[in-house]
Amino acid sequence: MTSFLPPAFIFIAGAALIPFLRGRLKQVYMILLPALAFLNLLNMPEGSSWVLNLWDYQLIFARVDKLSMVFAYIFVIMAFAGAIYAAHEEDNLQLTAAFLYAGSSLGVVFAGDLLSLFIFWEIMALASTCLVFARRTQASIKAAFRYIMVHLFGGLMLMIGILMHVAETGSLEFNLIGLSGLASGFILLGFAVNAAIFPLSAWLPDAYPESTVVGTVFLSAFTTKTAVYTLARGFAGTEILMWLGITMIIYGIVFAILENDMRRVLSYSVINQVGFMVVGIGIGTELAINGAASHAFAHILYKALLMMSAGAVLYLTGRSKTSELGGLYKTMPWTLLFCLVGAASISGFPLTGGFTTKSMIASAAGYEHITIIWMLLTVASAGVFLHAGIKFPYFVFFAKDSGLRPNEKKLPRNMLVAMGFLAFMCILVGVYPQMLYRLLPYPVGYVPYTGDHVVGQLQLLMFSALAFFMLLKYLKRTETLTMDTDWIYRRGAHILVSFLSVPVAWTYNKLGYVLLEKIPNVAIWISKNPLGAMKIGASNVVVSMAGDKEAKKALQKAKAAYPGTLKEWSISTAVSIALVIFVVYMILFFS
Amino acid sequence: MIKHLPALLIVIPLLAAIITPIIGRIHWVLSWYTVTITTFISFVISLSLLQTVLLQGDISYWMGGWQPPWGIEYAIDNLNVYVMIIVSFMALAGAIYSKNNINVEIDEARKPFFYSVYLLFVTGLMGMVVTGDIFNIYVFLEITSLSGYALIAIGKKRQALVGAYNYLIMGTIGATFFLLGIGYLYLMTGTLNIADLAARLPEFYQTKAIFTAFTFLVVGLCIKLALFPMHFWMPNVYTHAPSAVSAVMAATGAKVAAYAIIRVMFTVFEPEFYTLAPFNIQPILLILAVAAILAGSIMALAQTDIKKMLAYSSVGQIGYIVLGISLMSVNGMIGSLIHLLNHAMMKGALFFVVGAVVYRTGLTSIENFRGLGKKMPLSMAAFTIAALSMTGVPLTVGFVSKWYLAVASIEIGMWWLVPVILLSSLLTAIYFWRIIDAVWFKPALGEESHGHEHDDHQKPKSNDAPASMLIPTLTVAMLCLVFGVFAYAPVSLAEKAAVILLK
Repeated sequence: MTSFLPPAFIFIAGAALIPFLRGRLKQVYMILLPALAFLNLLNMPEGSSWVLNLWDYQLIFARVDKLSMVFAYIFVIMAFAGAIYAAHEEDNLQLTAAFLYAGSSLGVVFAGDLLSLFIFWEIMALASTCLVFARRTQASIKAAFRYIMVHLFGGLMLMIGILMHVAETGSLEFNLIGLSGLASGFILLGFAVNAAIFPLSAWLPDAYPESTVVGTVFLSAFTTKTAVYTLARGFAGTEILMWLGITMIIYGIVFAILENDMRRVLSYSVINQVGFMVVGIGIGTELAINGAASHAFAHILYKALLMMSAGAVLYLTGRSKTSELGGLYKTMPWTLLFCLVGAASISGFPLTGGFTTKSMIASAAGYEHITIIWMLLTVASAGVFLHAGIKFPYFVFFAKDSGLRPNEKKLPRNMLVAMGFLAFMCILVGVYPQMLYRLLPYPVGYVPYTGDHVVGQLQLLMFSALAFFMLLKYLKRTETLTMDTDWIYRRGAHILVSFLSVPVAWTYNKLGYVLLEKIPNVAIWISKNPLGAMKIGASNVVVSMAGDKEAKKALQKAKAAYPGTLKEWSISTAVSIALVIFVVYMILFFS
Repeated sequence: MIKHLPALLIVIPLLAAIITPIIGRIHWVLSWYTVTITTFISFVISLSLLQTVLLQGDISYWMGGWQPPWGIEYAIDNLNVYVMIIVSFMALAGAIYSKNNINVEIDEARKPFFYSVYLLFVTGLMGMVVTGDIFNIYVFLEITSLSGYALIAIGKKRQALVGAYNYLIMGTIGATFFLLGIGYLYLMTGTLNIADLAARLPEFYQTKAIFTAFTFLVVGLCIKLALFPMHFWMPNVYTHAPSAVSAVMAATGAKVAAYAIIRVMFTVFEPEFYTLAPFNIQPILLILAVAAILAGSIMALAQTDIKKMLAYSSVGQIGYIVLGISLMSVNGMIGSLIHLLNHAMMKGALFFVVGAVVYRTGLTSIENFRGLGKKMPLSMAAFTIAALSMTGVPLTVGFVSKWYLAVASIEIGMWWLVPVILLSSLLTAIYFWRIIDAVWFKPALGEESHGHEHDDHQKPKSNDAPASMLIPTLTVAMLCLVFGVFAYAPVSLAEKAAVILLK
């Protein structure tokens, strides 16, 4: 027997106990659980174990190799930080869902076959829906419903893909699939929904900001990154991913700059950052995959850190619109400090996690001589700094003083500890990247701290900072502009941005409304009395074609009486139907 | 003695059915003991037959020592031993369950008769499964049907009489069709033994008499099976019959009819028949199956009475079974056979739970299920598991059968069936979610108003069903999970059966 437990089991079984514990014991338990899982990880030898023979197939619950290990490490670290951050929380739904969610993500990462992957995939969708739902406001309940609909759709695509894959190859193993044929297309589509690949990305900024303070922190880490893992495993080197990734990066930046809600800004930033990883996977060389994996590692650290600081602000002020915040640096120095570390990290300042990881992807593009990708990635780095690195901290903590004086002492101590921990990790990875590089799937010969790289990166950052402060007044949301001679370029830029973003946003809203609200509601209406609904539908058509007033009235009455009582079929109908079927058979036989 | 086990399978319940009402005169509980012991013996015999079939191959038992084409043969192979175990197990579970359940749903004086008819019903089912003679199938079919009508009508509800009457008409037409089909077969071949028929039929495959025979047999059995759109008798029957009866009929009656269809379509007639037929027979059954799957799920959504909802959901599930049959491939047949097991388990468990709710509250509307999670936690846990299995959640047996059906339909190039299967799973999830949501997350009716104040100190008392009802319910529900994970045993048996059937 093997000497370790699959970490997914530790979390999932552990989650079941949470509702029964109280007070300090519960806090300790929640923090110990990821620590235990971490020790367990250290003990996992490479290879496949925990194999369950399920009828004809083998389910592999622990396929351990370097690619799965690097994601497992960061997931466990994230769960640890998240548990600390959530220690004050008393809502059992959130805590149980969060642990279930982390556990199922680990399950996906260690799944050696497509079926157990699918099982954990669905648990993940369910648990994360609970996290969105847990805020229990009208908006979050609706968002949770839309969220689960999108993920059920994604799961459905994945299931269809897996079924076709099994029918084609006869094997359930999850290895490099590569985009060829319908089966892999469906699987890719299923993964793409979770990776929030544009245009399947609208669910992310829709749902994440509606979640609770704790929920958003967990959400930002797991769903997209498990999808990055599955893409890296199954679709490394699929060229289309490179272009999709670039689209995600640009889309994320544009919308993050336009957005006002701080957690929504960060959500768009998730899409943007995942775009970098997807580009890396699309390039598919060893260096690029390393880059994607290490960037996922660093990104979880700093995005969670940023989400935590946004959560802390929300916790104290109850507001999340940047236009309503500002000047918080006076009373929330620690949060500001940690936030700045995260911001520096996401923008890739030297000595932080972002610097040592993101540039790997750009270098991979450089080595492969995919010039346009390299250029776009470099430009995008500036954009990231603009929206996440400066915009978020500036408008929340500085900018115009909003007069809010939240007392940081009222913030639960554990939240600050969690932020401190992640800030430390960000810097650790930045200062001592070899530690992370050793974990990566392929041997790393990459050296981040060369003179031209450091200088180049600093130049890039300084110029975009300059650009930010020069363009500051246009970046403020909800402020009217004063007209002047600079109208043309100022307005022009604005119109250009609107031109790009408005149709996209409009289509999303319409599509989302029709697919996720209108159609389900109609389906529910019809299901109340299918036959009656069909009758009303038919008479609707008739009335609209040639309807007099009486017919309209009759229709209205029918609609009002709906669903009414369901009609019972008489047995004579049944006998006649049986006879009809009999006759059909006979005619077919004798003709 | 061991040699005569196949005959004892029929003889013991038949004799016990005669004794039951007599000793029931002393006290009705004695008849319950008789039934439980008898069905238990049947179950044990089925298991030992399974062992024999697995170790020594097919069994051929000659009734009264007469050699097969002339005498009646009981032929047992992988297929019918599989169905036999499902039937005898569910009959046993139903018997144990009925002890307390019928207290509220059947008059005191009728209890011994109920048990007598119950045994006849089981006899008929076991007979249909075990026999290797097609006329014998008809005879046992009639025994099952007649005792079935009585079982439905024996309850306290007056509406049950109408349901039973409708069933009587439809059932008789179905059985008559079946008999006419047999008549044509006998006319052409001069034999009634299934193995003998299978050997003699091929030379007549192109004749009109055989076409007619096939049509009569299939349509007749489809009526008995309640395949959409010939299902009209079923919802009322399941709704108004006593819950124990609904459970056992849903779990066994439809299964045996499905078994008979498989036997007729793939043993009496051989796959060659379908290639020689003047038109492609497959699409008709396939279309009916797809219509059944979708219509059953949609109709189930519209119901407000839980028993009726379960009945319509059975219409959909029967669609799955027929779907697998109509695919005419090994994986499809495996899917179909696993779904037989699956549906027997989960529909049995669901009706058991509904019976327990009726026992405690006397009501069957879905509204009434609100807040039951706190009052009847164990029953509701069983309900939830069965509902998950019905939806086809991985690690339940429902997933295994749907998996095979989906793989089979992709294999033969009908990939459009996959969305149908998944869509219907989604619909299933929706109509069960309504109930699960009401059970676990909503306060009970009439308790919302003063809920908050006494949240802490006035927890609703757990008032679960009595043990004699809980034990079979939970066992069956757990089996949904057990066979979902350790599906190897039923799948390997089903695979052997499927390979033999489709050669």
